[in-house]
Amino acid sequence: MTAYLLKRLAIAIATLILASMVVFAVLEILPGDPARLMLGLNASAEQVELLRNQMGLNAPLVLRYLHWVGGLLSLDFGRSYTYSVPVIDLVRERMAVSLPLALIALALSTIIAIPVGLYSASRRGRAGDTIAMGAAQLGVAVPNFWFALMLIYLFAVWLRLVPAGGFPGWGAGVWPALKSLLLPAVALALPQAAILARVARSALIEVLNEDYIRTARAKGLPYRAVLWRHALRNAMIPVLTILGLQFAFLLAGTIIIENVFYLPGLGRLVFQAITQRDLVVVESIVMLLVVAVIAVNLVVDVSYAIVDPRLRGRQ
Amino acid sequence: MTLHIDIPEETFGSILAKAFRNRSFLIGFAITVLVVAMALVSYVWTPYDVTKLVISDKTLAPSSAHWFGTDHFGRDILSMIMVGARNSIAVALVAVGIGMGVGVPLGTFAAARGGFVDEALMRLNDLVFAFPALLSAIMITAIFGPGAINAIIAIGIFNIPVFARVARAGALAIWPREFILAARAAGKSKTQISIQHVLPNIATLLLVQGTIQFALGILAEAGLSYVGLGAQPPMPSWGRMLFDAQTRMVVAPWMAIFPGMAIVITVLGLNLLGDGIADILDPKSRRQR
Amino acid sequence: MSLLEIENLSLAIGGTPILKEVELSVAPGEVMGLVGESGSGKSMTALTIMQLLPHAARASGRVSFDGIDILAATEDQMCALRGDDIGMVFQEPMTALNPVKTIGEQIAEGIRWHTKASRAEAEDRARKMLDRVGLPEAKFPLSRYPHELSGGQRQRVVIAIACALKPKLLIADEPTTALDVVLQAQILDLLRGLVSENRMGLLLISHDLAVVTEMADRITILRHGEVMEAGDTARTLSEQLNPYTRQLALASMHVPARAKAHATGQGKPLLEVEGVTRDYSGRRTSLFQRPTPIRAVDDVSLSLAPGQSVALVGRSGCGKSTLARMILALDKSTSGTIRFRGETITGRSEAELKPARRDMQVVFQDPYGSFDPRQKVEKLVAEPLHVLEKKPTPAERREMVAHTLHEVGLGVSDMDKYPHEFSGGQRQRLSIARAIITRPKLVVADEPVSALDVSIRAQILDLFAELNQRLGIAYLFITHDLTVARAITDEVLVMHDGRIVERGKTSDVLDHPQSEAAKALVAAAPDLHRAIARRMQEQG
Repeated sequence: MTAYLLKRLAIAIATLILASMVVFAVLEILPGDPARLMLGLNASAEQVELLRNQMGLNAPLVLRYLHWVGGLLSLDFGRSYTYSVPVIDLVRERMAVSLPLALIALALSTIIAIPVGLYSASRRGRAGDTIAMGAAQLGVAVPNFWFALMLIYLFAVWLRLVPAGGFPGWGAGVWPALKSLLLPAVALALPQAAILARVARSALIEVLNEDYIRTARAKGLPYRAVLWRHALRNAMIPVLTILGLQFAFLLAGTIIIENVFYLPGLGRLVFQAITQRDLVVVESIVMLLVVAVIAVNLVVDVSYAIVDPRLRGRQ
Repeated sequence: MTLHIDIPEETFGSILAKAFRNRSFLIGFAITVLVVAMALVSYVWTPYDVTKLVISDKTLAPSSAHWFGTDHFGRDILSMIMVGARNSIAVALVAVGIGMGVGVPLGTFAAARGGFVDEALMRLNDLVFAFPALLSAIMITAIFGPGAINAIIAIGIFNIPVFARVARAGALAIWPREFILAARAAGKSKTQISIQHVLPNIATLLLVQGTIQFALGILAEAGLSYVGLGAQPPMPSWGRMLFDAQTRMVVAPWMAIFPGMAIVITVLGLNLLGDGIADILDPKSRRQR
Repeated sequence: MSLLEIENLSLAIGGTPILKEVELSVAPGEVMGLVGESGSGKSMTALTIMQLLPHAARASGRVSFDGIDILAATEDQMCALRGDDIGMVFQEPMTALNPVKTIGEQIAEGIRWHTKASRAEAEDRARKMLDRVGLPEAKFPLSRYPHELSGGQRQRVVIAIACALKPKLLIADEPTTALDVVLQAQILDLLRGLVSENRMGLLLISHDLAVVTEMADRITILRHGEVMEAGDTARTLSEQLNPYTRQLALASMHVPARAKAHATGQGKPLLEVEGVTRDYSGRRTSLFQRPTPIRAVDDVSLSLAPGQSVALVGRSGCGKSTLARMILALDKSTSGTIRFRGETITGRSEAELKPARRDMQVVFQDPYGSFDPRQKVEKLVAEPLHVLEKKPTPAERREMVAHTLHEVGLGVSDMDKYPHEFSGGQRQRLSIARAIITRPKLVVADEPVSALDVSIRAQILDLFAELNQRLGIAYLFITHDLTVARAITDEVLVMHDGRIVERGKTSDVLDHPQSEAAKALVAAAPDLHRAIARRMQEQG
């Protein structure tokens, strides 16, 4: 078990280091001088040079990289050019919107998908399965931002049940804040739930065809008990994989969805930062998301080991 | 994880016969043909000229003159959907081409070589997967500027590890087979074996993945265009049409409904096509029916 | 009164008839052998009794077990029977156990379900059952997972599950087919013991007439879903009234006609293996220790004369296949030298190996897996021509393929077919055609007939023998089946734990084995002659 986990951890760290190099390199080759951007077009060459020195932009590449990584590790992400505040403050503030949004969406998607997948697999080929999988097939095809627009039209414009966008802040109370996250979360979750339900169904069906299911039935267990006791745990493995991938997808999905709903989250921040070339903000948020994705993958790897004793190895 | 591949043993004729009996395949195929035909027809004919702005006709509700209504510049939505299909198909198709063209050789090579090469390639894959694809696509288009070409590159890059992974997993399932050993005993090199035996046997897998990535490409392109980083006006694109519709939901909901349906139907068609192909060619999934 | 009574059972799956008017009965404490070749419907008969048939299956007739009408029983009634009154053991031990549950859980589960026993009680009984099937607590605690056990051990666990509640009837569907002969003998012993202890009825399903003869009081012979013959084992097999019974028995004991062995020992050896060792990197036991390598082949030396036919026999996992792959230059040796026609082939590049490959070909076990399903016969059989110095023209190539197909008993018209259009036996002929098309000096055959039905097996052995005589091809037969070794080889090498422990003339080694490993193999090998003789004595 430890050998497996240590190997996964080593891979995660290596990926993280490589990813940080990539992010750093990409922003290095980006056109535009940050010092020039900050000072505006009227500044003289000397002024720009002075600021470049102050910002450490003239130091050798390796040093600048190490300095940047050191900053990241001590949660010092630098200052935003456009907002003139430390990036960490911006991130903290925006995270309070994006993280709950992504988590609600993930929970919603799982809660919907797993039972549907189970139901469909156990009623394979019958009407209920056909209807559920037809709906899933449709759900997979729906772009979440269009779905969001339709939800706004239906629930905000037409039925006036929830706000069409914007975020009152957690200070306004938990319920108003949650209410404004509800539609975005549903818009994010349903297409993902469709994917997950399909995966859960096919994983379960595959497992139900295994020899050991027949062994279990030959013991006299009824079909339902076999499904719960033997099939489900084995079918979890592909489901976990997709859950891990979906978290990454949901994080990125918030970028667009936050724009649809005018939510002041990380996605909207990174999008604005890109258009305004606020590079410190961009690289910080990208790194943050990369860390999140890698961490989630690590969690998935650990849960594989919990589900599947073959990975634990034992002597 | 290991992959099991059942290699179907059938002739072209029997496959064709099965295709005609497979509902998913037939519907998916029909939709795909329809969308492609729509894009092709748009080169020679559209109900209205999409480059002409007719401000007097702006935001007209659907009618017999304008089936899907008009937008805020008075352009015919149906015509714009037809022309927009070109962009969606072109971007997604070329992106799949990039992914397959680079990813499949990489994946099969890694599987054939094994060891360090394989490990390095898989770590590289992990690296690309660590970047949420849409975020990176936004970054790439932000760096190199918005536009259809950059959207293709951005989506294409993220197709590479997908195809590399599928090709590698498929190839790894083929390599231990006895017919590969027989080919090695006959003195064939790894490259020859990869081309003559491995690739033909994982073609189905790649074809199915191709339709999936095609569908995802259309969704991604729509997303990029929606945030203004895809095809640039005046070139109509489905995502851009939705962006324009967003602020006019109250006065002209049809501006959002129809382009969105175009996306949904196209993606649905491609997914059904992929499911159908998998059903027809993979005996394992057939057993599940 | 019979425990199990099958009358007039017919079965169709999706409209395809599988069983036709099958009659079969098992009395309490009786062993009934159900024999048939692949596709005869023997497994479907078992699944009908268990009511675990695929959804599309439709059965008619009467199946009664202990007075219960099985075909009319509800699912709840069946659940009460399965695992409690009827136990079942399956063919494939590697996949029959749930990989994410411990063996203790899997055995105790059925006990708890049927007896409502507490967890502790059930685990206690599971423990006793594991001890009984030969998995003592010290090495096999209940907390073991299936992946930590070997195939034979897993089959013992499956037997423990099936017999945990001392069922009245045990159904064993090819319980030893996936195991080697020594394990087979042990598992059969175990089954015999359990059956007599608990006075269970046993329905033993097998394709192997010798195995069934050793075990069964009565046998039923099934072919294409119909009962050919049924009766006391001894009488049925000694009288052989039914022509199919006779055909099966003859095929099981078939020895191809061969002119006496080629003169050996003269001239240079064709193949020389000197001190060859092969290590595989083992599993890491701790993070800080280097994994101890697993030695699959340990300092093996042997030589083979031109035209000689040699068997390499041993239990599964003894390293015989690894050795074969090194001889074929498909795997690298860790140390040692292999010379073919006097030239060293170890450590050579693929290009340098070409001349050797021309004279050395291979036939694999699985007639289904050894052909690329996407290519036609012409291309498949012609594949080794690739190593010829002078590439044949397409016309020449076609001519050569046609000629070779003729030699193995196939027709010219077969050239444009795909492999799936052939039966298992025909595919093995194709495999042989591919191996001899370059007119090699040596063919290495890895269990070439063990996946075939007995009647087909006899034909393929004949073909091997004939080609050996006519073309002077030397064979290295890798097999765990001593009947095959006896049938067509001059010499036998016995391999055990990576080493060659005995070698000599085939008849000498098989009749008077010296080493422990050889003795175990010989003692365990099912032998139809011997089995019939013993049955005759017992049943008069």
